[in-house]
Amino acid sequence: MIALLELAQEGETQNPLLPAIPEIVIGLIAFFIVFGFLAKKLLPNINKVLEERREAIEGGIEKADAAQSEAQSVLEQYKAQLAEARHEAARLRQEALEQGTVLKEELRAEGQRQRDEIIAAGHAQIEADRKQAAQSLRQDVGKLATDLAGKLVGESLEDHARQSRTIDRFLSELEEKAEAAR
Amino acid sequence: MSADPTTVLAFETDCHIFDGCGFPAPGLHSFLFEPMFTAGGVDFNKPMLLALLSTVLVVGFFWAAFNKPKLVPGKLQMVAEAGYDFVRRGVVYETLGKREGEKYVPIMVSLFFFIWIMNIWAIVPVAQFPVPSIIGFPVALALIVYVIWVSVTFKRHGFVGGWKNIAGYDKSLGPVLPVVMLIELFSNLLIRPFTHAVRLFANMFAGHVLLLIFTIASWYLLNGIGIAYAGISFVMVILLTAFELFIQALQAYVFILLACNYIQGALAEHH
Repeated sequence: MIALLELAQEGETQNPLLPAIPEIVIGLIAFFIVFGFLAKKLLPNINKVLEERREAIEGGIEKADAAQSEAQSVLEQYKAQLAEARHEAARLRQEALEQGTVLKEELRAEGQRQRDEIIAAGHAQIEADRKQAAQSLRQDVGKLATDLAGKLVGESLEDHARQSRTIDRFLSELEEKAEAAR
Repeated sequence: MSADPTTVLAFETDCHIFDGCGFPAPGLHSFLFEPMFTAGGVDFNKPMLLALLSTVLVVGFFWAAFNKPKLVPGKLQMVAEAGYDFVRRGVVYETLGKREGEKYVPIMVSLFFFIWIMNIWAIVPVAQFPVPSIIGFPVALALIVYVIWVSVTFKRHGFVGGWKNIAGYDKSLGPVLPVVMLIELFSNLLIRPFTHAVRLFANMFAGHVLLLIFTIASWYLLNGIGIAYAGISFVMVILLTAFELFIQALQAYVFILLACNYIQGALAEHH
């Protein structure tokens, strides 16, 4: 390189590698005018707009993001509500089932109770009927026996028997005997 | 600088093959221009005019696109944003990262578009001259980058640390360390700015010479059987114009990519 430079200096004025001062100066001036305009005014201008554009685009993206997240939250809310509703329905069904069972149990118990009552009433009725029948039978038997005895004896024992109550006593004894034998 | 007699345009002569006229080959004289006017002892010539026109074009374009930028961009703003984004994301963020690189974005954007437009003059009719093929312009731009990365080095690492960074100080190198440091120092401080400027210069210079050769040849061969050769030569002009269009953008890109690499090296903790 040095050899080249030396060669350049030795050569005549026409060496193309030897810069001339006026051209360097003009070149510098020409360049710094370009640089001045671009660096001080034009590029800051466009940078501002590019930044604004970037923000606008990012703002749009942010808006879309917000909308999406809102949609997502609403969807989740709906899902939660749906799940809750399902749960509630299941709970109600379960409750109804339980209530139904309880009701059935109650009805059954009630039925049982009524049946028992009816049976008890029937038993009481039968007992009363039986007692009444026994009562009337006792009277009839007593009367028949007295009548029969009066016919056999030949005189009426009716009044006497009524007064003495012998027959009653006799029959009571019979009953007691029957009770004891049972 | 007085104009060489051979700077007369090939088309202005009636020099053709088979006419006993030699090929008016392009050369260094193709890069000399009659001064348009002289102000304060300084000649103002065509490349300087084109450089200033580049300034007007770049500023004008970005002014139209970014002076009142809209949130929803129009066509012009969209194109300018794409270019801006290419340099910012594609070059600066890639090499320096978003945090460190942010403050170098304006200078890189300015460099890229300024160089690109200066290069494009090579294939613009009437202008037809790549400004960076005059070494002074790439030198000016490389000088700016040089000042930036050297000052960043010392600002980041301090005086001693800065020298260590530039010289690639690394204890693990052992006995070869002095040699390495010498080479690194030489390479970084002297060769780097030189190659940075010359890379752009030489590409544009060579591209211009190539275009000139085939353009002049197309005219020169326009005689008799030579017309067939002239046709081939003209096809080459078209192909090379397309090729140059690509090289122009590529060299502008390479220039700022290297600039970013230099700054990256200056910011790096270990060389």
